[in-house]
Amino acid sequence: MSRQYIIRRLLITIPSLLGISIVLFAILALAPGDPFEELATNPAVPPEVRAALRAKFGLDDPVWTRYLHWLGAMIQGDWGFSFASRMDVDTLILQRLPTTLIVIGSSQVIAILVALPVGVLAATRPYSLFDQIANTLAFVGFSLPTFFTGLLFILVFSIQLDWLPFVYRADIAGSGWPWLWAHIKQSIMPVMVLGLFQGASLVRFVRSSVLDVIKLDYVTTARSKGIGERKVITKHVVRNALIPVVTLVALQMPIVFGGAIVTEQIFRVPGIGSLLISAMLANDTPVVMAVTFVIACLVVIFNLIADILYGWLDPRISFR
Amino acid sequence: MAEPLLDIRGLKTWFKTDDGMVRAVDGVDLRIDRGETVGVVGESGCGKTVTARSVLKLIDMPPGRFEAGEIRWQGRDLIPLDEAEMNKIRAREIAIIFQEPMTSLNPVYTVGDQIAEVIALHQKLSTKQAMAGAVEMLKLVNIPNPERRVTDYPHQFSGGMRQRVMIAMALSCQPKLLIADEPTTALDVTIQAQILELMHEMKDRFGMAIMLITHAMGVVAETCQRVTVMYAGKVVEEAPVEALFGDPRHPYTQGLIRSIPRVDRGAEKKQRLEAIPGTVPSLLNPPQGCRFASRCKYVMDVCTQAMPPLKEVAPGHRVACVL
Repeated sequence: MSRQYIIRRLLITIPSLLGISIVLFAILALAPGDPFEELATNPAVPPEVRAALRAKFGLDDPVWTRYLHWLGAMIQGDWGFSFASRMDVDTLILQRLPTTLIVIGSSQVIAILVALPVGVLAATRPYSLFDQIANTLAFVGFSLPTFFTGLLFILVFSIQLDWLPFVYRADIAGSGWPWLWAHIKQSIMPVMVLGLFQGASLVRFVRSSVLDVIKLDYVTTARSKGIGERKVITKHVVRNALIPVVTLVALQMPIVFGGAIVTEQIFRVPGIGSLLISAMLANDTPVVMAVTFVIACLVVIFNLIADILYGWLDPRISFR
Repeated sequence: MAEPLLDIRGLKTWFKTDDGMVRAVDGVDLRIDRGETVGVVGESGCGKTVTARSVLKLIDMPPGRFEAGEIRWQGRDLIPLDEAEMNKIRAREIAIIFQEPMTSLNPVYTVGDQIAEVIALHQKLSTKQAMAGAVEMLKLVNIPNPERRVTDYPHQFSGGMRQRVMIAMALSCQPKLLIADEPTTALDVTIQAQILELMHEMKDRFGMAIMLITHAMGVVAETCQRVTVMYAGKVVEEAPVEALFGDPRHPYTQGLIRSIPRVDRGAEKKQRLEAIPGTVPSLLNPPQGCRFASRCKYVMDVCTQAMPPLKEVAPGHRVACVL
């Protein structure tokens, strides 16, 4: 893998992020709604005040001036000001982002850790009992939307069994192990709901990818060398089978964030998703713009990681 | 006569499919002595490759299974052996190279890694020593700049070079038998000659036997001492190479030899290349009698009743035909 390859990939992210921001900004500009709507119905506020406020935030300027203004400020680290919360957008996001990243990150890690061995085992014993069970569970897993499994989990684990809290609290008092345990306990359900959904489709994908590779000539070559079957699978099959899986995981990142927004609503997780929903409801455009842009950046970053992993897994790519 | 190196007796490798049992190899006898080159010829789908892979037990089971027969390797039957015991024989005693050099090497490892893997495993060497062995092998198969090429990936090699790498890998443990499953079919003609030449050279150097599977009769005539002709999962004729080309007995062998293009009786004499009419019968429900009966120009009533057994017509020349 060459350094040039990584630098080239990094440079490509700049135009894609610019493009994304233009599209996002244009859509938000087209959307109806006025952050100062409530002032219009408030008899105590004269219309001139509202007009002055709009002028102050540049809301009456043409779209492209507003975009350039936003872009200039963004580059300098000024993410704007939330009309609804009366605070800087970046502080708002920084408060919420870690929670989301922890929930999404751990659900992805769990999904991959479970799906990889299960998918590989299922593929090496196609149509066996293990394969049938794994397939059925995977099918159930990705057929059920997260809002359904989320509610089901709450019903079973919180209300019937009373094992886990169903409201996520960011402000748990205390320290040390009990504090950590409380955090883990409240994360279990959202992480499981997201992980199940992700893991289920991954199992199917890993299985079919391994099945494709296992039939190839070089696997027969590996077997003819007299290295044991286990090593044939782990060394010669899995690495090749992972190449398309990496693409899938990267391509699914936007779906994961979408799923996270829904899941955060269900479990009241104070993450970036619930921030986005409340900002939308309040017509708080700077926050909506910033949050969607942050999500876009995360998706681009994950794709970048996937590209780099790609080059590491498949030597044919970085040499091209 | 000394004990043969490999002695296949009545081997039946069948495959279970949704439509029934496919009798890909249906009672094959094949003997290979030490240091001998034996050709196995026949058209596509006649069971050559399945026979070859059966020897190393590289057949997926299921759907495949050994229905009957023995594969005696230096006197020991390989069929009852488990995977661990087979793995001691694979590469170390019997090595194989395949038809498609483009896809036979793993694209994500360097050729050095792939050769060194075999060396390290069977000769119990460290990775570094095995790598040195890999360079040595690449040098042996005439790959230029072996010290540098050893860290290259398969996609940086041409087809002929990859087949050289495969040969280097197969020979790295000095096996007693090299199974070459149509090693030159996917290569262009000049490269074919080079690869055959290389195999010859290696054979002289290591004194191994070669089982050369091919459908190119010309290649057989040039390289083999003995030839086995297969048709629809069965051996129809077996003979020393001169006898087979000089005095082919089975109508199928005669057809094969007549279908070799020859420059001296080519276009000028307006002589058309002779093809064998018809196609190979289905191996799902093979006909009861001789399997070649439907395409044979000498067919008689007796042919459709029972498959004639192999009988000796001259020393070392056996044929399965009533003629």
